[in-house]
Amino acid sequence: MSIQFNNETFRDDYSFHNSEWAIKRFPFPFHEDSYMYSMNAEQHQGGPDGSVYEKRFDVDEHYVSEMQDRAKVLADDPLRCQSLPHMTLAGWDLLELIMVSKSEDYPDLFELHRDGNQWRWVNKPLGIDDPFTFLDDTTLPYGPMEYITRQTQGDFALLDQREENLWMDAGMITTQADWSLDFDIGMNFFEWHAPVPKANEMGIFKRALKYLINIPQGSPGRRLNWTMTVNPLLDTSPENYHKWGIQKTTLTPENIGAKQHLRVELQTFFRLPRSNALAFPIRCYLCSFQDLTTMPKWGRRLHRVIRDLPDELATYKGFIDNRPMMLDYLSKFDDGLPTSPGIFPEPETEPPLKT
Amino acid sequence: MSKFEFPPSIGSRPIWGTLEPRTGASHLFIADAHGAEAIIDVATPELMETGHIIFISRGTDYADKLRALAPAQFYEGPSYDASLPRIKRVLSDAKMGLQVYLSGTEGLMGQATNEATSAGVPPAAIQTDHRGSTARRMQCVHCKGFTEDVETDPFVCSHCGLNLFVRDHYSRRLAAYQGVCVDAEDPGNVPAQKGIYE
Repeated sequence: MSIQFNNETFRDDYSFHNSEWAIKRFPFPFHEDSYMYSMNAEQHQGGPDGSVYEKRFDVDEHYVSEMQDRAKVLADDPLRCQSLPHMTLAGWDLLELIMVSKSEDYPDLFELHRDGNQWRWVNKPLGIDDPFTFLDDTTLPYGPMEYITRQTQGDFALLDQREENLWMDAGMITTQADWSLDFDIGMNFFEWHAPVPKANEMGIFKRALKYLINIPQGSPGRRLNWTMTVNPLLDTSPENYHKWGIQKTTLTPENIGAKQHLRVELQTFFRLPRSNALAFPIRCYLCSFQDLTTMPKWGRRLHRVIRDLPDELATYKGFIDNRPMMLDYLSKFDDGLPTSPGIFPEPETEPPLKT
Repeated sequence: MSKFEFPPSIGSRPIWGTLEPRTGASHLFIADAHGAEAIIDVATPELMETGHIIFISRGTDYADKLRALAPAQFYEGPSYDASLPRIKRVLSDAKMGLQVYLSGTEGLMGQATNEATSAGVPPAAIQTDHRGSTARRMQCVHCKGFTEDVETDPFVCSHCGLNLFVRDHYSRRLAAYQGVCVDAEDPGNVPAQKGIYE
């Protein structure tokens, strides 16, 4: 299939929009009518046709515009992309993984030609055709991690593995859910997760770390995480929070359906072959409440999850003040009917909303 | 002066220890203000024989007491920044068997730990002991400027002037806690200042 790329913005006039195709394949993060932290990881070995799980690195209609937004973020603040000196090899590993995956999974969009270490990368949507020497930093316009992640949707953390721990030692972070790479770089797994409430006492991080450090080459994993964002703003960074925080107060009962977005992270984990580092892509998907509720199952379930979420989590995820207005809106899409298990919307079999 | 009991906190926050005499080829002490008391508590004639004390007095009068311990080398400086070239120079000579003793404020211990580890001192050879002020070294997440000796929450960034709240999230690399705009969602609505541990 060929993708029609949107021309859209994630700032200022916020012309971002999801097509019907994008809504239907949105990675809705709730597999049942309630939510609590869990590791909920599974193998990342494909998924239903057309779903965001199908390819190793999903490319969708937002690709070109997201890459333009990333370039703007980096021009304003180069500290959003950093790599400690020992992480360059992991950057090459990541570049190889993405180039091989994308050229195999989307041969109409990306080409990789290899002759020994003489490589040529063709990225048709972005109009790039670069010959370079694999593992030679001087032959690319940026370091290897920065080069390839300027061309790949989602944030990327490269985690060094040593002392039975993972260390956040490199990253490209421009679409983050309010955490700072510049502050967290160099931290271990427990340190960078320290601000997350509850999960530590629940033993989540110990179990998660054990799972992650045992991920072997060729067996990537994945999980979903989520939060809320007012306006389809990709760059919800702490660095710029003093500029975008005010947008959270612009919701009204009239505009909430269009402005309030569920923000979902598709997190994947890949062991890298040379460095033994772990690549941790964090892909952000946004969907407005009004688009989500076109799927009856999602409307019912979103209302129940948001209603029953512990205050502590609503506070941590930054929407405790807006929750009453969200519930007023969402309650109109919950007729009390049961929902089928699993995250997929199943519009053909799920009953329509009773009015 | 009794030691302050820090309340339980999150996993990125450092936990400080109590200095103990160790065997080593030489002994480097770096302290500010009431950190001098930790040196006095731990000092032995053996440690002082090869001891080098770098002391930032910050208005305290411990210098004479430290000098009286008769370390092999003694230096008194007015601020951490002023003493930094000397600290770097001393650490550049560090040999196997050096023991490092850091005491005083969190800002001093955090920054000196980084200097020592980047000079190749193994973390196991570095001890810490918090004494005196509980003020924090804060980094503004917005402008990236550091404000030293922050005692209140919220506080005003000494670089960009934003009102910042004091997080417990701590970066060892920066030797600082994170400060985040407190009135971003309601400009001008700044909560009354209180002590960080009040």
